Amino acid sequence: MEEALVRAVLFGTPILLAALGALLAERSGVVNLGVEGIMALSALAAFAAALGAGPFLGVVAGVGAGVALALFLGLFAITLRANPFVAGLAVAALGLGASGMLGKRYEGVPLETALPEAPLALSALFLALLLHLLLYRSRFGLYLRSVGENPKAADLFGVSVEGVRYLALGLGGGLIGLGGAYLSLAYRPSWTDGMTAGLGWVAIALVILAAWEPLRAVFGAYLFGLLFFLQFRLQGSVPIPSEAFAAMPYLLVILVLALSGRSRAPKALGQPFERGR
Amino acid sequence: MRLELDPAPSPKKVALSYGAFLLLALLLLGLLFLAYGVSPLRAYEILLTPLLDPLGLAEVARRAIPLLLIGAGLSLAFRVGFFNIGAEGQLLLGAVGAAYVALFLPPGPYTLPLMFLLGGALGALWAGLAAWLRVRFGASEILTTLMQNYLAYYLVVYLVAGPWKGQFVFGFLYTDRFPEAARLPRLGDSLVHWPTLLLGVGAALLLHLLLFRTSLGFSLRVLGENPQAARYLGLKEGRLMLLVALASGLLAGFAGVGEVAGIHGRLLEPAQISLGYGFTAILVAWLARGRPGLTLLTAPLLGLILAGGDALKLAFSMPFRVVDVVAGLLLLALIGAEAASRHRLIWRR
Repeated sequence: MEEALVRAVLFGTPILLAALGALLAERSGVVNLGVEGIMALSALAAFAAALGAGPFLGVVAGVGAGVALALFLGLFAITLRANPFVAGLAVAALGLGASGMLGKRYEGVPLETALPEAPLALSALFLALLLHLLLYRSRFGLYLRSVGENPKAADLFGVSVEGVRYLALGLGGGLIGLGGAYLSLAYRPSWTDGMTAGLGWVAIALVILAAWEPLRAVFGAYLFGLLFFLQFRLQGSVPIPSEAFAAMPYLLVILVLALSGRSRAPKALGQPFERGR
Repeated sequence: MRLELDPAPSPKKVALSYGAFLLLALLLLGLLFLAYGVSPLRAYEILLTPLLDPLGLAEVARRAIPLLLIGAGLSLAFRVGFFNIGAEGQLLLGAVGAAYVALFLPPGPYTLPLMFLLGGALGALWAGLAAWLRVRFGASEILTTLMQNYLAYYLVVYLVAGPWKGQFVFGFLYTDRFPEAARLPRLGDSLVHWPTLLLGVGAALLLHLLLFRTSLGFSLRVLGENPQAARYLGLKEGRLMLLVALASGLLAGFAGVGEVAGIHGRLLEPAQISLGYGFTAILVAWLARGRPGLTLLTAPLLGLILAGGDALKLAFSMPFRVVDVVAGLLLLALIGAEAASRHRLIWRR
């Protein structure tokens, strides 16, 4: 029982970090469908940097790669006002592809000093709390939420809609990158192509499940973590094929999507901002 | 400095922005090739080698078949606002349906038609499920179809490793070979299964006519361009959405049938059935600008990228992921160029 809870938290942590990153962007009105690719590229950047310069710089590199790729998405989704969904999918493909290509030489290379999981899991929890405070107890949070709900009004009050959105998307990319770094430096201290295994997409669905609230995302992430743990633990001990367990999280995401809908989404979500329209 | 909508961009400006963004994509791709340790120019050269000989061209055609089938369906779906990202899973279900008919029903002249029927139906069902979830519960089809890809993946793994595992294959994960009646004819000794190619060409033309020459097509275009007006006209949004989803799923299912009946002759591991056709076809459809007929041009183009990716893989032992990179950059360049040509830069505030 205790082990199950611990593993649930440890496995839920990358999902939580990625979901917090996606949530932050969505609260400002930007949909980030690139999460899976950002996570994959950050995991690689973190691993490569940790091999050369130690785990601390690995984390920095992972976060940095996340910020950079998210801002790259912003160029298309915010400045150019391209279709944000398609731009996000393209960034997902780009991140996955680039990490698979460049990561080939790290496949099977062991990491000498892995990071301990527990402190990172704790800091993820702390970051969720921090994000909650940022959104609801700070002036920046107020700006951010109003940009996500009513960009026109925010613009009239002199808030830079694009600036806030870039900041939210970039900071969110950093959180997603931290999730990727956790995967390759702590949870499974190694690099394999496809190691994100759809966690990024699960995280995007989790944002909807959590109704765009950071604290609710914590519970959702640990629930998914528990599910992944059960999949691992129950394999072979019950007469159910292991593939059914492997498919379970994705099935759960579909159920969650069907049950929660999109009613509480920020009102300007996915809509590019055009001044004077 | 800010951007403003440009209602009537000049052709020169459109051409210029497409040129600039494509150049940017080539540059970024070149940087990635450099980071991988190969000369970008040499890599581009190899990417285009399939154009040089008949064997290479046959490879392009072979890749173009599933891309054409799926892309034609997706160009319709995107136009109507149904973002089907699950063609990969629908293709796999099509392969499962075909394999069931081939392996478990007595072979005969009806085998191939039945394979297309069941495979197409399963693909349509898989896409229809996502459409139903969207219409009934408002669940984003981008995410549900994506999740369904994983479900289809594990279903195929389960089948080839479990109940459908071949009797004569020992340690390998695939079914027994299909009987001769369940194999599609090919052109010469190439891998081009021409009946599926004809099916794809027919589907692209048919959907084009449907969209631009019928009243149903008019309703679909209205729904895609202005959902509010569609509601005003009393169009049944849910029913139209479901119809479009079924059509695109059906065609993706056909593509899956073609892959197992025309190329492999057995059901095998999902990653070997589809080489990312479902995702590459998104590009085929996006390039075609919601015009199914145009996929007749864009599918071979992306087929070339897939075949070229294969050549790169062989030449530099590069992982196949290089295709994802090319596809992602190309997609970004296209939507970026489109957006840039729709706007103009204003230098004063």
